[in-house]
Amino acid sequence: MSDQKKPGISRRDILKGGAAAAGLATASSLIPTRFAIGGTAKVKVGILLPYTGTYAKLGTNIKDALQLRINENGGKLGGREVEYVNIDSEAAPPKASELTNKLIKKEQVDFLIGPVHSVVGMAMVKIARKADVITVIPNAGANGLTGSLCAPNIFRTSFSSYQPGFPAGQAMLEDGHKNVVVMYWNYGFGKETAAAFKSSFLAGGGNIVKEIPTPFPKVEFQAYLTEVAALKPDAVFTFYAGGGAVKFVKDYAAAGLNKTIPLYGAGFLTEGVTGAQGAAAEGVRTTLHYADSLDLPANHRFREAFMKATGNPADVYAVQGYDAGDLLIQGMAAVEGDVKAKAEMIKAMEGATIDSPRGKFTFSKAHNPIQDIYLREVVNGQNQVVRTVQKAVEDPAKGCKIG
Amino acid sequence: MHTVTRPIIIFLCICLVMLLLFPAVGSPFYTELVTRIMILSIFTISLDLLIGFTGLVSFGHAAFFGIGAYLLAILFNDVEHINYWWSLTLTLSMTGMAALVIGWLSIRTSGIYFIMLTLAFAQMCFYFFFESPHFGGDDGIFLMNKPEIMLGSRQLVDLENEHHYYYFVLAWLVGVYLFLSMILRAPFGHVLIAIKANEQRVRALGYSTPHYKLVSFVIAGTIAGLAGFLEAAHTSFVTPAYLGWHESGMAIMMVILGGMGTLFGPVIGTFIVVLLQDFLPGFTEHWKLIMGGIIIGVVLFLPNGVAGLIYSLTNRLSSKSKEAGREHV
Amino acid sequence: MESSFYLIQLLNGIQYGFLLFLLASGLTLIFGIMGIINLAHGAFYMIGAYLCYWLTGITGNLFTGILLAIPLSILFGYAVERLAISHLYKRDHLYQVLLTYALILIANELQSIFWGNDVHSVPIPELLKGAIQLTDNQAYPIYRLFISAACVVIAIAMYWVIQKTRLGMTIRAGASNREMVQALGININWLFAIVFSMGATLAALAGMLAAPVNTVYPGIGDNILIISFVVVVIGGIGSIKGAFIGALLIGLADTFGKVLLPEMASMVVYALMAAVLFWRPQGLFGKV
Repeated sequence: MSDQKKPGISRRDILKGGAAAAGLATASSLIPTRFAIGGTAKVKVGILLPYTGTYAKLGTNIKDALQLRINENGGKLGGREVEYVNIDSEAAPPKASELTNKLIKKEQVDFLIGPVHSVVGMAMVKIARKADVITVIPNAGANGLTGSLCAPNIFRTSFSSYQPGFPAGQAMLEDGHKNVVVMYWNYGFGKETAAAFKSSFLAGGGNIVKEIPTPFPKVEFQAYLTEVAALKPDAVFTFYAGGGAVKFVKDYAAAGLNKTIPLYGAGFLTEGVTGAQGAAAEGVRTTLHYADSLDLPANHRFREAFMKATGNPADVYAVQGYDAGDLLIQGMAAVEGDVKAKAEMIKAMEGATIDSPRGKFTFSKAHNPIQDIYLREVVNGQNQVVRTVQKAVEDPAKGCKIG
Repeated sequence: MHTVTRPIIIFLCICLVMLLLFPAVGSPFYTELVTRIMILSIFTISLDLLIGFTGLVSFGHAAFFGIGAYLLAILFNDVEHINYWWSLTLTLSMTGMAALVIGWLSIRTSGIYFIMLTLAFAQMCFYFFFESPHFGGDDGIFLMNKPEIMLGSRQLVDLENEHHYYYFVLAWLVGVYLFLSMILRAPFGHVLIAIKANEQRVRALGYSTPHYKLVSFVIAGTIAGLAGFLEAAHTSFVTPAYLGWHESGMAIMMVILGGMGTLFGPVIGTFIVVLLQDFLPGFTEHWKLIMGGIIIGVVLFLPNGVAGLIYSLTNRLSSKSKEAGREHV
Repeated sequence: MESSFYLIQLLNGIQYGFLLFLLASGLTLIFGIMGIINLAHGAFYMIGAYLCYWLTGITGNLFTGILLAIPLSILFGYAVERLAISHLYKRDHLYQVLLTYALILIANELQSIFWGNDVHSVPIPELLKGAIQLTDNQAYPIYRLFISAACVVIAIAMYWVIQKTRLGMTIRAGASNREMVQALGININWLFAIVFSMGATLAALAGMLAAPVNTVYPGIGDNILIISFVVVVIGGIGSIKGAFIGALLIGLADTFGKVLLPEMASMVVYALMAAVLFWRPQGLFGKV
C-alpha cells in the first residue's frame, strides 16, 4: 500500500528530524510533566476518506500528501511517532456516523482527518464536536461545516463553497461578461457555489439570463446546451466536478458553444481532469485557491516531492491534504506532543500561518482558510494563472458563534 | 415455509441472552454498532414480511425507513422537549399513510413490475428530499434534541445514554419479532403465506387478496418507519441517501443472505453484513472483493441463506438427540 | 427560432432515446428474454468502457480497440454464466439478485486494481470527429449520430435474431420452458450460456461505444443500471420492440422534462414509469 512508502525524504531531512527529536528529548527532560502526561506512545491520526467509488482518487491523493508532509517532519508530530488509522468512507452518508464513531470510540484517535464528501462531513463534524476531537477537514466544502456547525476543535484546510464561487462574479465582470447563464449540479455544493457567484455578480451590476440547475449526478447535458445556445448569453458560469466536469466540458465543446460563448466555472471544472478533457478544455476559465502552475517556491518543492513519493502529479486535493499535515505539525509542535493540552494546541493552530503550495494563508475565526483566489485558464492542458482575482478571501461563516 | 422448531427457539433464546449481556462486555463502539445493527434488523425483518411471507419483493422499502427518519427530523427539528409518545405516534401514522398510498398504487402489479413500481415511488421520494430546498436537500437535516420518554413527570429511559438506548432498541426488536410471528400464526398470516404460494387459488377460495397484500404492505412500511425513527433519534442526522435504491437493495441482500421467510434470518443477515463491513476493511483496501466472494459462497453453498444452515444443523442435532433418547428407553 | 429550438430538442430526445436503448440492450436479452434479474448489467457496461479505454490506448484506434474488446467480453460473459449464474436457474429468482450484486462488488474492485481511479477519456477517431452546424452557434457532433446509427443496427439485428430465426425461437422457448426444450434434444446449458454472454457483450459494447462521449471513471456502471431496468420494464419484459419504444419515450420525456419542468427533471422518468405501469401493469408490449 502506498502509505507504506517513504515519500521522498532526503538524508538531510532525516538528519534534521533526528536533530529535532534529540532537541525535544532534551527539552522533555527539562519539563518532565508534559511527557509524563503525553507519554511516548504513538500519536493516532484517524483518516476517514473515500478510497473506493467516484471520489477514490481524491481520497488517495489527500492521504498520500498528508503523510508526505508528516514524513518531511521526520514522520513525527510533536516529537512522537505517528500511527495512521485509515477508514474508507465510501462517500456514503448513512454510514458516516458509524465510521466516525469507529475512529473516535474504538480506535480512540487523537486527530480526525476527513472527509471529501460534504454530507459525510455533516455527520462527522456533529460527532467530533461532541467528542471534542481535533478535526481537520481536507476537502468537504459545505459552508455550514465552518458556519453554523463551527467549533473550536474543527479546522478546515481546503475551502468553503463560497470561496471559489464569490470571486468568480467579479472575475467575469472584469472580463466584460454582463449577461450570464448559471448552470450547476443541483445539490448542496453546486447550489452554495452558484449562490455565492450570484451575490457578487449581481452586486457588481451583472445580469443573470437564466439559472439552470441540473440533476445531480446525471451527465446528460444535451437538452441544456441547446437551451444555452438559444439564449445566447455573453458567457456561462458552471459548477461541475469529476466525471461530470469532463463530460460537460467535452459536450460544451462538441456542440460548438465554446467558439461563441466563453465557459467559466468554479475551479473543480478543470481540476485533475484536464487530461481527460483534452482540447475541449482549452480556454476554459475557472476560479480556485490553487493552480498547478503557481510560480511559488513552496509549490515547486511540493509538486516535486509528491511526484517522487507517489508517482502521480499533485492536484488541489493533495495540496489540501498536505496543508492538513502542516497544521497538525504546527499544533503538536506548540504543545511538544502533549495531545491532552487541547486548548493550547487549538490556540496554536488558530494562529498558524501555513506556508502552503497555494501561497501562505491563515485561519479565520471560524477556522476556515483566508486565502487568495486565482483566475486560471486552461492552456495546453494546464491551468495557468491569469490573475489573482481577490486577495485574502474570507468565508462569511454564517451562523458561526465562536470567535 | 419454515416452522419455528424447538431447537430454533432455544437458539433464539441464546442469541437474546447474548444480546442482553453484550453491553456489559462490549466496548462503547461495539455497543453502539450493535444498536445500529438492531435498528437495521427491525427494518429488514419488516421487509421479510413482504419478501419472505407475502411474496411481494419491494425494491423501495428504504423509502419508508427514510420517511420515518425525515418525519421525526422535520416535525420536531428544533423542538426542545420532544414527547416520545406523541412523536412516535405521529411519525408512524404518517409513514403508514404513505405506505397505504404507495402500496395501493403498486399492488395492482406483480412480480418484476411490482419490484420496479416500488422502486419508482421510492426514487420519487428520494428526489423529493434530495432536491427540495426546504428540508436540507442533499446535505440532510439535523435533529437538535432527542425524544424524551416520560411517564407522567418521570423519565423512563434516557436516550442520550448509550446503554439505555441499546436496551430500548433491543426491546423494540424483540417486540417487532413477536408481533410479526403472532400475525403470521394468525389466520391473516396463513392467508399471506398462501398468497405467496399460489395467489390464484387463494382468490378462488373467495379471499380478496389485494386487501391482504395491502395490509401486509402497510404493516411492513410502518415498521420500516419505526426503524427510521429509531435511527434518526440515534444519529440525530438524516440524509436523502437513506431513501436511495442502494439502501433498499442492501436490505434485500440482508434478507436473502440471512434466509427469507424465517423472520430471524434477516436479523442474522444484517449482523453478518454490517459486521463484515466493519471487519474486512482492516485487512485490505480491496475488501469488497472478499465481501463479494463471501456473498457468492453463500448463494452457491447455502441454498436457504444462513438461516437454512441453522435449520439443518439444529435438525441434525435434534434428530441425533432423539435417537440417543430412543436408545435410552 | 422558437420552433427550431423545439426541433433540436426533439432531435436531442430521440438521440438520447437511442442511447438508452443501446445501454439497455444487453439487459433486454438477459433480463427481458432469459428472465435473470441481472444487477451486474452496469458492471458489464463498466468493464466494456474500461476495456475500450485500455485497448484503444494500446492500438491507438477506437475501432480496433472495440474489435479486440468484444471477444474478451464474450469470454467474460461466458465465464460468469458457467461459473456462477448457471447454478441458479432452478432456484428462486432472488438469489440472482444476491449473486449479481456480489459481481458488482468484485468488478468494481478489479477495475480499481487494474485501471486505478482516474477519470479517463477515449479519443473520437478522426473519421467521426466533425460536427454539423445546426444554428448560428450550435453544432451537432457526428459521433452522436454514429451512436444513433449503431443503436438502430443493433436493434434491428436483435429483433431479427430473436423473432425471426430458429435460434431466436429456441431461446424464447427455452426461457419459458427449460425442460421442454431440453426434452427436444437441444443443449439448453449451451444455449443459455450463449445468450447470457451475448447480453453481457451487448452491455459491454454499449460501454465501448459510449466511452468517447461519456468518459470512463469508477462507478459509471452504477449510473446506468437503474435506467436500463426502467427501459426494459416500461417496454414490457421480453419485448425488444417494447424496449426500443420505451427507450424513445424515456429519452423524449427526460429531454422535454428538463426544458419544461426543470425543477422536477429527475422525477419525470420515474413518474413516467409509474404512470405506464399503472395504466398497463405488464408494460407497453408485455404479455399478460
